Amino acid sequence: MNDHQVHIDEHRDDEGAKTGMWIFIFTELLLFGGLFIAYSVYRYLNPLAFHLAAEELDTTLGTINTVILLVSSMTIAMSISAIQYKNKKLTLILMGVTLLLALAFMVNKYFEWSGKISHGIYPGSMTLQEASRGELLFFGLYYAMTGLHALHIVIGMAFIGYVMHLVVKNEVQHDNFVILENSGLYWHLVDLIWIFLFPLFYLIT
Amino acid sequence: MSEAVNQHTEVSYLEYKGRFKGLFAWIFSTDHKRIGLLYLYSMLVLFSVAALLGLAMKIELIAPGKTIMDAQTYNSFFTLHGITMIFLIVVPGLPAVFGNFFLPIMIGAKDVAFPKLNLLSWWIYIIGAFIALSAQFIGDGPPDTGWTFYAPYSFRTGTNMLPAVTGAFVLGFSSIATGINFIVTIHRMRAPGMTWMKMPLFPWALYGTSWIQVLATPIVGVTLLMIVLERTMQIGFFDPALGGDPILYQHLFWIYSHPAVYIMILPAMGVISEIIPTFARKTIFGYKAIVVSTLAIAFVGYFVWGHHMFTSGMSGTALYTFSILTFFVAIPSAIKIFNWVATLHKASIDIQTPFLWALCFLFVFMVGGLSGMVLGALSTNVHLHDTAFVVAHFHFIVFGGTGYAFFGAIHYWYPKMFGKMYDKSWANIGLAIFFTGFNILYLPMFYLGMTGMPRRYYDYVDEFHGPNIVSSLGALLMISGLIIIITNLVRSAKHGEPAVADPWKGKTLEWTVASPPSLENFEEIPTVTKHPYGYE
Repeated sequence: MNDHQVHIDEHRDDEGAKTGMWIFIFTELLLFGGLFIAYSVYRYLNPLAFHLAAEELDTTLGTINTVILLVSSMTIAMSISAIQYKNKKLTLILMGVTLLLALAFMVNKYFEWSGKISHGIYPGSMTLQEASRGELLFFGLYYAMTGLHALHIVIGMAFIGYVMHLVVKNEVQHDNFVILENSGLYWHLVDLIWIFLFPLFYLIT
Repeated sequence: MSEAVNQHTEVSYLEYKGRFKGLFAWIFSTDHKRIGLLYLYSMLVLFSVAALLGLAMKIELIAPGKTIMDAQTYNSFFTLHGITMIFLIVVPGLPAVFGNFFLPIMIGAKDVAFPKLNLLSWWIYIIGAFIALSAQFIGDGPPDTGWTFYAPYSFRTGTNMLPAVTGAFVLGFSSIATGINFIVTIHRMRAPGMTWMKMPLFPWALYGTSWIQVLATPIVGVTLLMIVLERTMQIGFFDPALGGDPILYQHLFWIYSHPAVYIMILPAMGVISEIIPTFARKTIFGYKAIVVSTLAIAFVGYFVWGHHMFTSGMSGTALYTFSILTFFVAIPSAIKIFNWVATLHKASIDIQTPFLWALCFLFVFMVGGLSGMVLGALSTNVHLHDTAFVVAHFHFIVFGGTGYAFFGAIHYWYPKMFGKMYDKSWANIGLAIFFTGFNILYLPMFYLGMTGMPRRYYDYVDEFHGPNIVSSLGALLMISGLIIIITNLVRSAKHGEPAVADPWKGKTLEWTVASPPSLENFEEIPTVTKHPYGYE
């Protein structure tokens, strides 16, 4: 290997990394955007059925999950501050809390979905075949959108878990923490999408 | 600037020895130039297969009735031809091959912003290609919906749709990754002194393209995902029986797929904007107008998707709006044409193979563009919708646009990429045969469409026989031209004359480095003071 000025392997650009992450977040928003378009079109076409179907959803569980995600967004943001204060232990604790909260969200989601499924409300079920088309669409969108969101939670957990591993190995430190910031950005995105899903499915009835 | 000062000091990227050996030195390389070539080789294989499928379809159409294949085979052929050509070649084509190879060099950088992501996007591309093509060999027979996967047929057909749609979905990630990479590279890694208005036009075109890739691809991603969910879980997004609306599928699909045709054509325009000033030995006419029109195309291109759906029963207002916007989007393309032609005015032109490709591009692109106006007008569209006219227009603009620019680009940058010069007379002969065959193949299809021959049929009535014979013979001629071109290029990589650093007397940065470039392109990052096309 030659030793001239900046070698490509050593190229580091935190600003660039963050720009890339922001653009990626944009694409994620647009991915959900397609589903939001489908939701609004079908809500407009079937207002009554969407109203009736939304009554089936458990607002309490939804609210708890909203609070969980908001708090987890706060803890991951705090962990980014902690690493800048060179407090490795606190960083790891805050990231761990974020992961636990994400897990709690998923457990909640599991109970919510299994409750629905035990009532026979799932795509292709007998109950739904007898329901109106609007209700069918509502629950189809419900499963698709919250399902895709849950998938993002899992990806976010894996991402944060990987960054925790880097923090433990001291590869993420007070002067080199852009990947932690990016995992935080991703986590805020997951939170943000839920902030839209929650009123659309649980609150507007 | 034009002498290759670092030619002797650094080993070229082709001979560089890294951590891995043999094939692994390529498929695990994060060097943007090697990744560009990986894409080139993958696409060459896929293109050959898809072109032969096209030829088989033209042979089927040489006579009415069944000639060499039955209707179902024909359906699966045009589907596979479309999926391969669109999703695997034309959409990623120019950015992935020439963008990867030349974007960093042209803006004076050592690599793209995220080299590992770049390699990952090639891997995603390969995985997506395997998934999409596996549809041919497993399950209940090859897909037969056409590359547009229109609902409700795409979830009613008994054929093996799932892998095809999933493959296209996966390929979207590759596209997005490349787009993000290029945007950040252009924002962050331009050489000192290279202001936005000193950036060459190919990087500018890639910049516009990357934004479309980033902003449009997720929409088709989620749309294809909905088709997958519809097929696997009976969620009725687009199935009327389950409450859905098949027209919504068309809207969502074209919201992506119309901007996608600008993903195809913008980098092609960028290539032509590089070739023309180099061989005209003249600064490009109206640099700023070309930059602005690039961005205008990228922007207006988002609002014209409805012109694919004029017969789907949209409201009158929607029809007029989409039609007028379609005419608007033609303006920036026309501006570019005028700029290129004005550049040639009073120039001392050096006629070489890449320049001839650019000239042919101008011709076929104009035929394609003007026939697009015919389709963009409401009344003629109703008459021509879903006829062979659309196929002819599409191939003139996409194969004629992107395809010619691709071959122009490879003949232009070949000496830089491989350090060898191809045989110029064979290249010109190949081009002449290819260009003649191309026109004989597609021009009769305009006539066929006007007289009412529908697209995507393996059979036709006797009245259409004559033009179809001409068209099919044109296909044979065009494929012979292609064989000559590709053979010449492949052969020259080994046996060609060694190329100098600047064989065409180009002025952009890639001509200041050795042919082929060293691993890091520049030993010292250059400082840019002049306009990219600094001819006096």
